[in-house]
Amino acid sequence: MKRRSFVQASLALGSLGSMVGCASTGRIPEKARVVVIGGGYGGATAAKYVRMLSNYHIDVVLIEPNSAFVSCPISNLVIGGSKTMADITTPYDKLAGKHGVNVVRDHVTNVDPAKKTVTLASGPTIRFDKLVMSPGIDLMFDSIEGLQAAHASGHILHAWKAGPETLALRKQLEAMPDGGVFAITIPEAPYRCPPGPYERASQVAHYFKQHKPKSKVLILDANQDVTSKGPLFKKFWADHYKGILEYMPQHKVMAVDAKANTLKFEIQNDLKADVLNVLPSMRAGAIAVQTQLANMNARWCGVNYQTFESTQAKDIHVIGDSIMIAPLMPKSGHMANSHGKVTAAAIVAQLSDLEVNPAPFLSNTCYSFVSDKLVVHVASLHQFDAKDLTYKTVPGSGGVSPAPSELEGVYAMYWAHNIWADSLL
Amino acid sequence: MNTRSIQTLARCMAWAWACGFAANAHAQLTADTLHTRATAAMCANCHGTEGRTVEGSSIPSLAGMPKDYMVLQMKAFKEGTRPATVMHQLSKGLTDAQINTIASYYAAIPR
Repeated sequence: MKRRSFVQASLALGSLGSMVGCASTGRIPEKARVVVIGGGYGGATAAKYVRMLSNYHIDVVLIEPNSAFVSCPISNLVIGGSKTMADITTPYDKLAGKHGVNVVRDHVTNVDPAKKTVTLASGPTIRFDKLVMSPGIDLMFDSIEGLQAAHASGHILHAWKAGPETLALRKQLEAMPDGGVFAITIPEAPYRCPPGPYERASQVAHYFKQHKPKSKVLILDANQDVTSKGPLFKKFWADHYKGILEYMPQHKVMAVDAKANTLKFEIQNDLKADVLNVLPSMRAGAIAVQTQLANMNARWCGVNYQTFESTQAKDIHVIGDSIMIAPLMPKSGHMANSHGKVTAAAIVAQLSDLEVNPAPFLSNTCYSFVSDKLVVHVASLHQFDAKDLTYKTVPGSGGVSPAPSELEGVYAMYWAHNIWADSLL
Repeated sequence: MNTRSIQTLARCMAWAWACGFAANAHAQLTADTLHTRATAAMCANCHGTEGRTVEGSSIPSLAGMPKDYMVLQMKAFKEGTRPATVMHQLSKGLTDAQINTIASYYAAIPR
């Protein structure tokens, strides 16, 4: 059905409905409330699309502690020095002004799945008919000895949630003398944004090549090999960052010594660097863990993939990086945006007593900047399989770039602007 | 539930009963509309909400794109006769029916 004819049908039913006393929009409820925790790629998209797909009938409350959205995708370019924080920041005001989402700047301290309420740090308790949890990731500082204190003091950063740490890491690099060493450590997969650490290392190498040519980048990866776009990254490093960037697989960090700027590994000798960027293992956002939704290995939240409803709690849907992923599904911003839409449609269907889409699918495209202009991508399409109750990529579909290109660099920036608009404006 | 809403519900049910298949048809149509919109929204990440991209976008808008043209482009991406950076990879993951649904949806949206 076309959009205009749907609007006409709704209006027609409205006039008919008023004659017989029915609600003007068929079965979409007038008083339902959806609460969304987290205004990232997943949560903001879910909030906007519940409003849109319910023809602006279902109330949506979005709870987000930050005053504006700061994008993780493109944030490595701030660290590399070719973009600014303003370039990756989008305000939340359009979600409220244009889409009627009630945006509440607060933390959720408690979720009661039985009473269907969330409690805010400022005190109030909000009832929900449906809850969307999109809290992103929680960093498991305890998995690396000494990291909690080193991070709290601002000495060793992760910058894996875009925001003040992004800029702080940039400043550490700017302050580092030429001839220094930047070391980034990568946890075992799965973690947020599979190609992200390799993109970051490339950005720092690009910065060093231009401004601090005697400096070095070390990648210390707990995995067997580069986890995403491996051949593309490795060829580019060999061609452009030879002598600057060194990749070391199977290096699992066990401890950090902030005073000595040293990393301690499970197997190899200690390693010293001037700027340490340590990414610990990750799990579902703290509120999801606290609500006991992280029922997969105590780290990720199991969901019914057709609706993203938690396998642990009815009427609570978990999306984005917090979920237990289906095979070949990355933890990415684009994927979280896709989760948000499938979930929004499922919630509107369930609250309106309609059949849930039997065959949803998800799209994903991840661009990585290997320099300030050259870009490679990985793209995939994930169809829901009703028999196996999971998402599967279609054989022969998806793939990566043949080589880095400036054309993909142009597309990557418009990908960013379009997905920010699709999620937030 | 108060008396008035019970009366309203009773009238609704009576109306739905009287209309029989027509009432079911409306519910089905609404579900179809939802599914179609959610399907088409999988393009919106790159091509903009409702197929409208940000100003100056190098990624094209889909809103108002003639259906036949879009179906032909997707076919060309799938068969490799139109070069692309990502669309030749994504189009291969879609069925002809999904492409038809998406193309019909965006063709009906004003630019």
